[in-house]
Amino acid sequence: MRRSATSFVAKQIALGEPRANSQPSERGPAVNPIGIVFESVEKRFGSLVALRNVSLEIRGGEFVALLGANGAGKTTLLRMAAQLMKPTTGNVALTGTGSKSEDARGFIGFVGHSTFLYDEMSAEENLHLFAQLYGLSDASARAAAALTACGLSSRAGSLVRTFSRGMRQRLAIARALLHEPRLLLLDEPAAGLDRQGLAWFGATLERLRAEGCTIVMSTHARNESLDLTTRAVSLAGGRIERDSSTEGNPTKMLAELRSAHGGEA
Amino acid sequence: MTTSRAAAILLVKELRLEFRTRELLTTTVIFALVVVVLFSFAFEPTAAESRRYGPGLLWIAFLFAGSLMLNPSFAREQSNETLDALRMTPIAPFAILFGKMLANFVFLAVAEAILVPVFAVLYNVSFSAVAGRLILVLGLGTLGLVITGTVFSAISAHARMRELLLPLLLLPILTPLLIASVEATASLLADQPELDGTWVAFLAGFDIVFLTASWLMCDYLLEE
Amino acid sequence: MKGRITLVLVAAALMVFAGFAALYVAPDEKTMHAIQRIFYFHVPSAICSFVAFFIVFVANFAYLATRKPKWDWLGVAGAEVGVVCCTIVLITGPIWAHPVWGIWWTWDARLTSTFVMWLLYMAYLLLRGFLDDPQRKAMFSAVFGIFAFLDVPLVYFSNRLWRTQHPQPVILGGSNSGLDPMMGKVLLISFVAVLCITAVLIADRYRLEQLRTEFEELRFRSESRDAERARKIPQAAREARVE
Repeated sequence: MRRSATSFVAKQIALGEPRANSQPSERGPAVNPIGIVFESVEKRFGSLVALRNVSLEIRGGEFVALLGANGAGKTTLLRMAAQLMKPTTGNVALTGTGSKSEDARGFIGFVGHSTFLYDEMSAEENLHLFAQLYGLSDASARAAAALTACGLSSRAGSLVRTFSRGMRQRLAIARALLHEPRLLLLDEPAAGLDRQGLAWFGATLERLRAEGCTIVMSTHARNESLDLTTRAVSLAGGRIERDSSTEGNPTKMLAELRSAHGGEA
Repeated sequence: MTTSRAAAILLVKELRLEFRTRELLTTTVIFALVVVVLFSFAFEPTAAESRRYGPGLLWIAFLFAGSLMLNPSFAREQSNETLDALRMTPIAPFAILFGKMLANFVFLAVAEAILVPVFAVLYNVSFSAVAGRLILVLGLGTLGLVITGTVFSAISAHARMRELLLPLLLLPILTPLLIASVEATASLLADQPELDGTWVAFLAGFDIVFLTASWLMCDYLLEE
Repeated sequence: MKGRITLVLVAAALMVFAGFAALYVAPDEKTMHAIQRIFYFHVPSAICSFVAFFIVFVANFAYLATRKPKWDWLGVAGAEVGVVCCTIVLITGPIWAHPVWGIWWTWDARLTSTFVMWLLYMAYLLLRGFLDDPQRKAMFSAVFGIFAFLDVPLVYFSNRLWRTQHPQPVILGGSNSGLDPMMGKVLLISFVAVLCITAVLIADRYRLEQLRTEFEELRFRSESRDAERARKIPQAAREARVE
């Protein structure tokens, strides 16, 4: 299952398409991994402080598990990373992109709590729309390929409204991966996935990991497969509570958190 | 990707969504027809009276129908947070707003294309001599309506009582547009039909002012 | 605190003085007699409503540029006081018009524009009422406020154009045609008085909004601190057990 960077590049060349928003110098060998830096970030919604003085550096290629109880600030952190909202104070910046944060949206994929899909459009139409908006040159082919990959090509023409929860989640993940993002942000992505979906998702994560994609995944410690993670960060009350990069072993930290919170974290 | 290309893609998406359900269009047209019928109780629809009051009531019908029709534009994007999905793509935020403006323009234009002939028949008014110029006036007036209406539907999508709030915000802002459109239409129905340049220029000016304002402030409208 | 009280007293004193001047010092108008004296408060209120709405525009612009809440407070203060001034104009106008011209209202450019302006800023205040999230409220009302302010001249000009094309049968003369110098002085005094009152009201309303925001914040902070304390107690017990 391990693929090297060169075969990833070979895949790119074979598809014969430029990456979204890429400059000529970015095409070619050694696609640089993207990281993200939070500098003293605070986010307030009126009186509610969702994130307090969060400073975090996620380096390119890491696979970070983001842990914490509901309301700890995981979703806010991820949405901020996805450029959906700006911090009240502090700064969020992407590293390794070599371009302004505006264009960086083309490098980021996000799976959130909502599906981000139009219920009254078919699966194929949804993916085609986003492929076009991400500037992918052969939008229809990319949409079709994505549908095949996630196992939904038989339902390509059906409205998303008719899909089951598991199918919608699969499509939501496929949508996030359409433009081959180099930074993947996942907010409880396995929620609602059926067994087939989970298998596909796990395999996809492995592939992305091997290709050097930076992944930040918020999760409940007991639900998702976390063997691939290289780092674990836990949030509580809007602050970073623990960071495995300072403690050493993420697996050990995860196990501790699991037992401490009774599987709730 | 240029803003206009992105807006065009989004326009196609809006049209596709609408023509699949057709709920918005049918309700808008029926509602405007109801208004047109109700007005027949307000005055005696002889040909002369109709030419006097017709422009006014036509534009009021469009205004009311338009205000009702504009809300779903952004409300529709809330169920699965699709607006955020659009914001995450590398398109200019104004493309999202502009795409919706274009879509709303198309819907309202379709409604007007049905309504004007119906009105002409019901109230014995003939528009045939001035058809081209009428289309210009209708176009500029409708454009002003959808530009401001789309901006306010983005605002009211986040508010309570949004169905009531949108007309409340929109109609006072549109009074200059209403005056200009009605006067321009009326001068086309006069005994000596002529296109009143002043009012047409005023409409164009209105459209430009508010389109520019929307463009400058669109980041604030769409951010979380 | 002391400065504010002084200001309020000064404004009140000016108002009393202006009232006295308007009722007793100003000469009697030859055709309208006593009712004309309402003009000394009608005209300054109109000017002050414009001043207030201009302050709202500046505050809206500043909020969008800086995102500082104080501009939002100034915006709502200006809008509320402006609406009050505008209401006074719309009420005193007909009261003046009826005995003089026999009609309560007419749809000329000035009156129509004033009424629409009133509607626009009422809509501004109602919009704020229907938005719950404070940041959105500030942001969206700032956007709407700018649109409303841009609209005001358009409303006036469209009405002017319209009325030049369809002149009114009753011609309302401008009240400033040939003003007696003493009348002019009284008008100036009452203008200063009304302007002072307007300033005091805006400052007070601003302060009220500031206090309200700070109170909400303090209350929320103390509630969340209590909640966090309650959460930590069982967690500490559990951690003790693990060790």
